[in-house]
Amino acid sequence: MRPFAYGRADSIADATGASAGEDAAFIAGGTNLLDLMKLEVLAPGRLVDINRLDLGGIEVSGSGGLRIGALVTNSDLAADARVRADYPVLARALLAGASGQLRNKATTGGNLLQRTRCGYFYDTAMPCNKRAPGSGCGALGGINRIHAILGGSEQCIATHPSDMAVAMRALGARVEVAAPDGTVRELELGQLYRLPGNTPEVETSLAPGELITAVTLPPPAGGRQIYRKVRDRASYAFALVSVAAVVRMGGGRIEAAALAFGGLAPMPWRVADVEEALVGAPPSETLFDRAADILLEKAQGRGHNDFKMPLVRRALKAVLLDATLEGEPS
Amino acid sequence: MQTTLSINGAERTLDADVRTTLLDALRMHLGLTGTKKGCDHGQCGACTVIVNGRRINSCLTLACMHDGDAITTIEGLGTPEALSALQAAFVAHDGYQCGYCTPGQITSATAMLEEARAGWPSHVSEDLEAAPELSDAEISERMSGNLCRCSCYPNIVDAIREVHAGAAS
Repeated sequence: MRPFAYGRADSIADATGASAGEDAAFIAGGTNLLDLMKLEVLAPGRLVDINRLDLGGIEVSGSGGLRIGALVTNSDLAADARVRADYPVLARALLAGASGQLRNKATTGGNLLQRTRCGYFYDTAMPCNKRAPGSGCGALGGINRIHAILGGSEQCIATHPSDMAVAMRALGARVEVAAPDGTVRELELGQLYRLPGNTPEVETSLAPGELITAVTLPPPAGGRQIYRKVRDRASYAFALVSVAAVVRMGGGRIEAAALAFGGLAPMPWRVADVEEALVGAPPSETLFDRAADILLEKAQGRGHNDFKMPLVRRALKAVLLDATLEGEPS
Repeated sequence: MQTTLSINGAERTLDADVRTTLLDALRMHLGLTGTKKGCDHGQCGACTVIVNGRRINSCLTLACMHDGDAITTIEGLGTPEALSALQAAFVAHDGYQCGYCTPGQITSATAMLEEARAGWPSHVSEDLEAAPELSDAEISERMSGNLCRCSCYPNIVDAIREVHAGAAS
């Protein structure tokens, strides 16, 4: 690990001020950041420890939704009674991620900002436009089995690895951000992330010094909520493909559908046209195939990851089949 | 950087480079070598310790981030003369071969049983809201952060199941 200066922030202003305009990084759980620092993929000159900030609670918000502090651990969020009862897709996604030890450390804000697990990003002997802009992309002509089929560019096809963010995207989560000048802004989770384009090193819309302070969820959507994760082993592995679904039925038709996908793209993926195709229609295999057709319209396989196209089609159809069963949601 | 940790009930102070992981602080600075370094990347669980009641990978956190925290290591769970229930069960069920992952397994299982007692669901729980029943599938899922290269998983599950059943009865 390269040397760095270490400091503890005792207020949000202290944290954002200490990290703005410097080669600094916030550290919360640290499970991803320290791993990358050990490998010298990342070498911040300064670590700003935000663990002592008061960003730990889960509260009911004014609108009847939930406000989740950025430092709430993945374990605590998954175990929260309101999350388990009213946002089961989120509890399921959290429990499908990482291990018990990691979930005890990993935080809500950190999970959103974790880096890709692309092997070329991790291997400093290989080219990577995200780690070393302009050096090329090892994955495009290399081993790209885990890589993106949607949203990538000729510079980068890395995927975002989070499960939690996929469920949050389906739930319509918003992210609260504090800036060094003291202002606070809120943005949709989808707006937090940037697609790689020609600048894969820029992954989010956060400015230097900006700190995620909370994630807010809208009031409970009801309906059936499902998180289906397909991976190489049954536990403790990243998604090859995942589907988060929040679906409400009424009178034999799909009344509402929110769908987000993991493992496919550089960010948790959501396509409005897929949902629009489903809403108002009675469920059928033909309809589900049409939804998959729309999802995959712009999909581009790179060889090893071609299997993700049929895999996500089957995963989506299986999820929709379960989600559109009428009767008491389980 | 000077850091004070409460380790197995005793206050210990160390003055180490800020890059020192909690794992290296325990092993290299404080002489507590029961906690093992396997992968050093949070993948194997050999370094599991309990911090403020929660099991974590000590390789993926810095000692200086834990000033004032209460840490339990394998040395704090039992002694050769007075084994903890899980330590005794691992011996009785031969829950190891080489033994390198064992401190992490036992420390992890100690905290895992508390998580189950607190009602935390897991990925394999049918019902997110019901009190979890620790089936073998539940134990395996909840212990998936601890690898055993000798593959003693069946005996590890046996040992944990026995302690859980004993505590529940």
